[in-house]
Amino acid sequence: MKFAIPVFPGSNCDYDLLNALRDCLHTPADLVPATTTDLSGYDAVILPGGFSYGDYLRSGAIARFAPVMTAVKEFANAGKPVMGICNGFQILTEAGLLPGALQANESSKFICQVSPLHVSNTQTRFTTAYARHQDIKLPIAHGEGNYYCDAATLAELKAHNQIVFEYVDNPNGSVANIAGIVNRRGNVLGMMPHPERAVETILGSVDGLGIFDSLLMNHVQGDAHVENR
Amino acid sequence: MLKTAKLTPEAIRDTQAYQQLGLTADEYHLICEQVLHRLPNYTEVGLFSGMWSEHCSYKNSKPVLKKFWTQGDHVLAGPGEGAGIIDIGDGQAVVFKAESHNHPSAVEPYEGAATGVGGIIRDIFSMGAKPVALLDSLRFGEPTDSATTYLISQVVAGIGGYGNCIGIPTIGGDMAFDACYQKNPLVNAMCIGLLNHSDMQKGQATGVGNQIIYVGAKTGRDGINGASFASAEFNDAKETQRSAVQVGDPFMEKLLMDACLEVIHEHHASLVGIQDMGAAGLVSSSAEMASKAGSGLKLNLDLVPQREADMTAFELMLSESQERMLLCIKQGSAAEIREVFDKYGLDAVVIGEVIPGHQYQLVHHGVMEADVPVDALATQAPVYQREKRRPQRLDQQSATQFVPAITDVTATLKQLLQQPTIASKRSLFETYDSQVQTNTVVRPGSDAGVIRIRQTDKALAMTTDVNGRYLHLNPRVGGEMAVAEAARNIVASGGLPLGITDCLNFGNPEKPEQFYDLDEAAQGISRACQLFNTPVISGNVSLNNESNGEPIYPTPMIGMVGLIKHLRDVTTQDFKQAGDKVYVVGATHADFNGSECQKMLTGQVSGNLFDFDLATEHHHQKLVLEAIQAGLVASAHDVSEGGLITTIAESCFGGDLGVALTSQLPAVQFFAETQSRFVVSVEPEHQAAFEALMQETVTYLGVTTVADRLWVKTADQTFDLPVSEAKKLWEGALPCLLK
Repeated sequence: MKFAIPVFPGSNCDYDLLNALRDCLHTPADLVPATTTDLSGYDAVILPGGFSYGDYLRSGAIARFAPVMTAVKEFANAGKPVMGICNGFQILTEAGLLPGALQANESSKFICQVSPLHVSNTQTRFTTAYARHQDIKLPIAHGEGNYYCDAATLAELKAHNQIVFEYVDNPNGSVANIAGIVNRRGNVLGMMPHPERAVETILGSVDGLGIFDSLLMNHVQGDAHVENR
Repeated sequence: MLKTAKLTPEAIRDTQAYQQLGLTADEYHLICEQVLHRLPNYTEVGLFSGMWSEHCSYKNSKPVLKKFWTQGDHVLAGPGEGAGIIDIGDGQAVVFKAESHNHPSAVEPYEGAATGVGGIIRDIFSMGAKPVALLDSLRFGEPTDSATTYLISQVVAGIGGYGNCIGIPTIGGDMAFDACYQKNPLVNAMCIGLLNHSDMQKGQATGVGNQIIYVGAKTGRDGINGASFASAEFNDAKETQRSAVQVGDPFMEKLLMDACLEVIHEHHASLVGIQDMGAAGLVSSSAEMASKAGSGLKLNLDLVPQREADMTAFELMLSESQERMLLCIKQGSAAEIREVFDKYGLDAVVIGEVIPGHQYQLVHHGVMEADVPVDALATQAPVYQREKRRPQRLDQQSATQFVPAITDVTATLKQLLQQPTIASKRSLFETYDSQVQTNTVVRPGSDAGVIRIRQTDKALAMTTDVNGRYLHLNPRVGGEMAVAEAARNIVASGGLPLGITDCLNFGNPEKPEQFYDLDEAAQGISRACQLFNTPVISGNVSLNNESNGEPIYPTPMIGMVGLIKHLRDVTTQDFKQAGDKVYVVGATHADFNGSECQKMLTGQVSGNLFDFDLATEHHHQKLVLEAIQAGLVASAHDVSEGGLITTIAESCFGGDLGVALTSQLPAVQFFAETQSRFVVSVEPEHQAAFEALMQETVTYLGVTTVADRLWVKTADQTFDLPVSEAKKLWEGALPCLLK
């Protein structure tokens, strides 16, 4: 299974993700520039964390116009797995691939800590490796991770089981403790926590491996069976 | 400034306008009579004022800096380059340096702190190294008034805003509070980089005809003559100095860093030299590059990328706009280099060339705006041997140690844990991304931050330390202690100390009593460095840290890096499991002058500093490192501010474990700050081997427990409180003060 990691000017978790995939999961992965228009040849796309274009206007607001995002949309529309971590999640909401938006943290401060999470949906192609209702710990590091959506959208998310990760002690003020969601179809995941920072014991946690393991496992087994339920 | 730009050379002389720019009358006359043999024009006066500022020339501190021990067979580059370099084996080296941004941070705290971080990062990647970690050493006034809490929140936000965006983890540092820093906070940033020997760069411009390329952000009117500003004393009229503070753009710096490293790695053959445009901007980078190589240089200022209209030569040369670098490249390779920067959307413009001879020439609008000997700018600033006089305060001190009278030591401990200097800094360092780059093995909050080195079994430990109160009582011994504490922190983390960088934060060196502090501290630092085999490989000087005539405590910040030879040696301060044996390494005495306890109970820091023996310190450090490397140690924590009981409490907090300890010491001595001590925990199976190795240097105290209870029975009283309660006080104090 081959991963593409689009790199925007200002992305800064691109190499972290590349190293996690190559060195810890032993799966091929490439950094692709934001000018890329062709993602054929890849089986999954992960948008990395960072401060794309300095995040000067609004997190992810400029990145959504990068050429690669057209290709990412096509990739997602074809039902292939797309994931956004941190700034990647912000870009996915700005690009309309996921509902809602990420606001400044309630404290208005950047927060870097290890956050306990609840895996609320283990039936997505990103989470089947986790046990049902498993509690995990993943690092968070963001200034704008406060997930917001209106009541109708929240009802939709709940009705279709799209809330995948919930904070145990909501650090940023997110609606319904939301840390990560999938789209209705279940092939696009956005999450503020950083699974790529939790793939080695020496770094303090391997709880992030489940996401990548799930993707790899479900790819081998054929993605179709884990369309979101 | 625009107005004065019209001044003729004669008018500058007659109105003594040079003084406004920071040159003394003697210096001005030296330039006229010895250097140029004519009157300098306004631009030339500006060049000299920047280059001869303390910040660039070290004219007041050079005689002191010469005393530093800089040797060591593992030193690949010492002071003089952008940053120092130390060999760590396997063809790799570690590069590090610290820099102060005290004055800018006092005036404009967010941007002052942010650009301090940005500047030190450029120093590291200009050496060819990839920046891998940041640390910050901060000093503020008591966080009890709104002006100080505002300053703290803005400085911390500025550090985070820059480091988080550029993607370099902030993994440590230190922070302390004393009234003397109220109007003169210290903001010292340290950056550490990893370098392959083959990528090592020098800031030089050699080879007649080779080209000077300007890369990065455009030049504006921000930070003009900031080096001179930073080298002056503050007064209450400082509001007018705001325009001398620069504005940072970490996004731009990330692009610049990535592009420069790409040039260094992939266009090595075309690159002659590279240097950061830091203090005194374009003039200092270009003049230093030429002077170092023995070259002449000619720049056409019309070609300098400009953000604002109608900038004068003076402004262009002295602007400290951020995120700019200067490269010297081989003749004919401009297109190749420009292609790299184009890819990142950055300006890369040829603005001049290396010329025969040794003159430094600037042409602007077809007029030769400056024509001066390059060495006169870069290396020939006058050096002042300042008068040194032992300060009265040192002779008026009590020779006896303060002895606290405490009837309820548990209550005193609770109070101590809430002192800003002792209290947890978590709420602040959690606003820094400490994990980006995914190499952080020990995050902020332990004795040292630790990052692993990929593709090896090694790691780097790093810390910043200094206790200004000790130096206030005895600058020389306090200087020794600063290095010793830094080394203790490295050793407690499992590392072998490699070397140091420093920021020498002192008062006005023209005042003999303050020069005494600087000179004595440097000698103490140097002596300790020699003994620990930790040469001074880089550093920076920040003088005139005074407000309305009142100096700060002498505060030479020591930034130290150590090598952890095997990842299994990485050790943290937290107790690991119940049932482990707890020891204190080193003897405890009634050492209270300068202690947190003295300050808390008396409101003062006074009396003769207690005794300190470097040889004992070194002996203890060697033993602890040996014990760690032998796999005998579960946790190790340096004993410093707040004494033994604070150290024990902190070791309980991380793993939420309790302790049941017994000691023959009187209870008050648990607050003493005797140096050369560690609190160490050992698994029961290693107890015998540990005691055999450490012999009489350790005292057994007791065991860790699962109980939520910190219980320490001493010769007279007993410390007894729930760990959870102590932790809550310790963690809650700063957020409450800064709310």
